[in-house]
Amino acid sequence: MTAQPAAKIELSEKARAAATRTAPHVTIRGLSKRFSDATIYDNFDFDIPRGKLMSVFGPNGCGKSTLINMIAGLFPMDAGEILFDGQPLHKIKFGYVFQNYREAVFPWLSAFDNIAYPLKVMGVPKKDRVVRVEKIVANLNVKIDLKLYPYQMSGGQQQLVSIMRALVVDPEILFLDEPFSALDYEMTLFMREQLQRVFVETHTTTVLVSHDLEEAVYLSDRILLLSRHPARAVEFVHYDAPRPRTDRTMTESDFISTKAHCLEIFQREVRKG
Amino acid sequence: MNWKRLEVLLPFVGVIVLLAVWSFTVWMRIVDPVLLPSPIATFKAMWAGMFHGKLGVDFLKTVERTIYSTIIAAVIAIPLGILLGSSEKLYRSVEFLIDFFRSTPASAMFPLFLVLFGVGDRTKISVAAFGAALVILFNVAYGVMNARKTRILAAKVMGASRVRVLWDVMLLESMPATFVGLRNGVSLALVIVVVAEMFIGSVDGLGQRVFEAQQMFEMPDMYAAIFAAGALGYGLNLLFLSIERRFVHWAGK
Repeated sequence: MTAQPAAKIELSEKARAAATRTAPHVTIRGLSKRFSDATIYDNFDFDIPRGKLMSVFGPNGCGKSTLINMIAGLFPMDAGEILFDGQPLHKIKFGYVFQNYREAVFPWLSAFDNIAYPLKVMGVPKKDRVVRVEKIVANLNVKIDLKLYPYQMSGGQQQLVSIMRALVVDPEILFLDEPFSALDYEMTLFMREQLQRVFVETHTTTVLVSHDLEEAVYLSDRILLLSRHPARAVEFVHYDAPRPRTDRTMTESDFISTKAHCLEIFQREVRKG
Repeated sequence: MNWKRLEVLLPFVGVIVLLAVWSFTVWMRIVDPVLLPSPIATFKAMWAGMFHGKLGVDFLKTVERTIYSTIIAAVIAIPLGILLGSSEKLYRSVEFLIDFFRSTPASAMFPLFLVLFGVGDRTKISVAAFGAALVILFNVAYGVMNARKTRILAAKVMGASRVRVLWDVMLLESMPATFVGLRNGVSLALVIVVVAEMFIGSVDGLGQRVFEAQQMFEMPDMYAAIFAAGALGYGLNLLFLSIERRFVHWAGK
């Protein structure tokens, strides 16, 4: 219990540091990727800003997921360089949340052991693992019985477990690939709030792939709008509404005009076919 | 509500119908009573044989051989299956051999194994282990190969090494299939052991018991031995199912 205020201070320092450093966090240079039938990226350059929540949005098949999969090292790239503060991927800690939580969590481990698994891989002693899992659970104010196995939990709870699993390592950057698209609407709304809460507390650089424009604008500081493949950054939209954002936010003119603007660009890109 | 409660008795309906038809057949003398003794005579012979006669000894002997051959099969086939399954190219290169010998009736191998191991337990156990091993191997290898790609990626993204992915993910992913293999393997091992006990100069075992009772025309004893073999097969399957439910609690969920 006494550790609680210390943890709060640490978070706000981290958040302040994130807010004051302005150099980009991730630099993508000359990224190229071909699949057998199409060129998805051809000499693609982009900078991911530090300490922002960024969404990637674009037409179907334009390579939204492919982009974060390559940044996170899940797919190899054909050419190009991606650096995190000038360092390669294996030097940094990052978290990745899959769309298909059912296939991403380990059904043979309890929720607790699922969350602790990346710490085990890193060689963190068991005692520290328990402390760190309990800390992340307390920070997120999660009320799940962590002794349960994933198949005993609802879809939302399972995805919450995989988000906590991604966060437990204190990642420098968090990737989420359509994390809510397999959940029902009620759960989606709840999970958006959880994600926003994590972001407000940690200001971890976050890259979210979304197929829901309303969600993308509502959650993001920046929205990367991609063209059809080979993907270009059509526009990098800023949306700076204060947090925490609420349902009211979505009725404000700033939100509505940002969303309308993004939709217009999206439809223009879709029509280009 | 009352009807719901009676539903637990449904599995017994078939048994009761069978016993009724059997008793009726005996009572009406539709079949020669020498060939088909009454259910009561059969179960009396079974009871006496199991607890006071040779049937109990034969039963345990068959259990012993089946368990030994399954253990030998598992010890060889599970590690080999994981190895083959972890590389699809490796599996494809031996797939034909596995499928070919899996399709070869193991009973056709008796003469070969007789030459190799002589008359005795070693032959029976090794033929049964041979048959069971191929079934287990095939299931384990497919279990590893069909491991969810996302789960493997998830472990890799968290920094797990190749060995750790194999150990923490692929091995556990293959567990449900491994248990399917073990259950099929033990059933096959029992079949082979019983057949082996019939034909290769045996002195004990359920197969020998059935064969001997038939030769001596002791029909109640023969039926008793058949039922004992059935109970053994069913029991082994049940045993493996309950182990499976305990250790692979996530299977099918």
